Amino acid sequence: MIDVEQLRSEFPILSTEVNGHPLVYFDNAATNQKPKVVTDALTEYYDGYNSNVHRGAHALADKATQEFERTRELIKDFINSPKTEQVIFTKGTTEGINLVANTFGRANITEGDEIIVSTMEHHSNIVPWQMIAQEKGAVVRPIPITDEGEIIFEEFEKMLSDKVKIVSVVHASNALGTINPIEKIIEKAHEVGAKVLVDGAQSAAHLPIDVQQLNCDFFVTSAHKMFGPTGMGFLYGKEDILNDMPPFLGGGEMIKEVSFDGTTFNTLPYKFEAGTPNIADTVAFAKALEFINKYGKENIAAHEIALLEYATEKLTSEIPSAKIIGQAKNKVSVLSFVIENIHNYDIGMMLDARGIAVRTGHHCTQPLMARYNLEGTVRASFSVYNTFEEVDKFIEALKRIVKMFG
Amino acid sequence: MTVATKSIEEVQNDIIEDFDLLDGDRESTIFYIMELGQELPPLDEKFMVDENLIKGCQSKVWLTTDFIDGKVIFQSDSNTDITKGLISLLIRVLNGRSPQEIINADLFFFDKIGMNGVIGSQRSNGFASMIKQMKFYALAYSAKN
Repeated sequence: MIDVEQLRSEFPILSTEVNGHPLVYFDNAATNQKPKVVTDALTEYYDGYNSNVHRGAHALADKATQEFERTRELIKDFINSPKTEQVIFTKGTTEGINLVANTFGRANITEGDEIIVSTMEHHSNIVPWQMIAQEKGAVVRPIPITDEGEIIFEEFEKMLSDKVKIVSVVHASNALGTINPIEKIIEKAHEVGAKVLVDGAQSAAHLPIDVQQLNCDFFVTSAHKMFGPTGMGFLYGKEDILNDMPPFLGGGEMIKEVSFDGTTFNTLPYKFEAGTPNIADTVAFAKALEFINKYGKENIAAHEIALLEYATEKLTSEIPSAKIIGQAKNKVSVLSFVIENIHNYDIGMMLDARGIAVRTGHHCTQPLMARYNLEGTVRASFSVYNTFEEVDKFIEALKRIVKMFG
Repeated sequence: MTVATKSIEEVQNDIIEDFDLLDGDRESTIFYIMELGQELPPLDEKFMVDENLIKGCQSKVWLTTDFIDGKVIFQSDSNTDITKGLISLLIRVLNGRSPQEIINADLFFFDKIGMNGVIGSQRSNGFASMIKQMKFYALAYSAKN
């Protein structure tokens, strides 16, 4: 059991006020808050050992490189990657997907090929594939979902053929909370020779991730949804696939030798890390991973799910005009809903007046919203530092809104 | 039809007085705007078409106009009550005016009631787009005249 009050004290922002009310932060699926160890690490880096990595024969460069590479080691353990070199630093999930689409995709997808995604994908797992499909004359096909928000597995099986080069699916949906049966998807996709990319933006901080057990070909996520800094994330890939992939961006660090006759490329992971990387945020991300490890991902998830169940029960029983969008059996702590006769924007603004932060709108999943014939939803997403009292405040605020305008 | 009996400045001062009663309380202000929105007569569905949508608004805002006896009549609707409330304020100030009055109008009430801080920058930009579109219609009618 986590002592939530003690844990909360590690997050300075949680004791601030918004619009004259104590902040209730329920927008964790967009980005979660940072413990002080993470923000301190940024200052320590800039004030103590700011230097470029992997070059420069001096003590600061050496320290910066060591700390930078330590994050890679921590990620390796966090996802159980066979080797450290298989962890490639990116700006985040979006860049990870774009990297795979532009390298693996460009090298392997040809005319008439198919790329499978699901109806519940974030735009960042649709658009990069549409771009490469358009260039190559391939097709992007979405796996249909049920009204509850679950992938229709039989339909997915029917879509599989040797034309499918990649299946790129979200592990946990940002808009519905659905946890997809990713192991089964990977197994089936491999049977037809397709590779699988797992979008772990909403899962990495909440679900156990073992890339070897999953047997996924690629796994991408963002640090800022894992208590880490923005502008930082990573891509994991199977070693042979990464080695076969052409580089993404050209520049410094990713080369072995450059001449005007031609250039040879560096080995993994540096082949995919052109230019001076985001050193400060990479170093600070280590502290976020240590934070998760300290409390234990299972304990974190248990508290988040307890909050989700409590909030779901209260919303259902106390606000009959609310309709939950996303009623899958297995969910991460995302509660998406609409309320009859009140627009989601207006609900968001009225909650904000009471210091309660939620996300409203289409959540960058317009095809999913179209599936439900909705413009958008109100989304409350819970993190380990949230409390049952905060859920009570949220429900009370909603009841007041419904009483006045519903 | 609506005939304006007070000047644009006077109506704006009335609005400022109404909002003063809310003592700057954010929640009461938003609730009040939503109430105004719910009171705005709905637009006939035939006008709720893409050509009448105002560009630059986060929510959907339809605006249509008539020109009767030298005065501009605005009718508008939106899919959100807060936006409708904001529109109703603009209609209260600008409806039944001559094109020239609308073109020259200095709309100071929005800043005076501190609306920027309440509705945030995206909606404030949307509000600016509404004003721009209303002035654009006035300009078109003045050219016709």
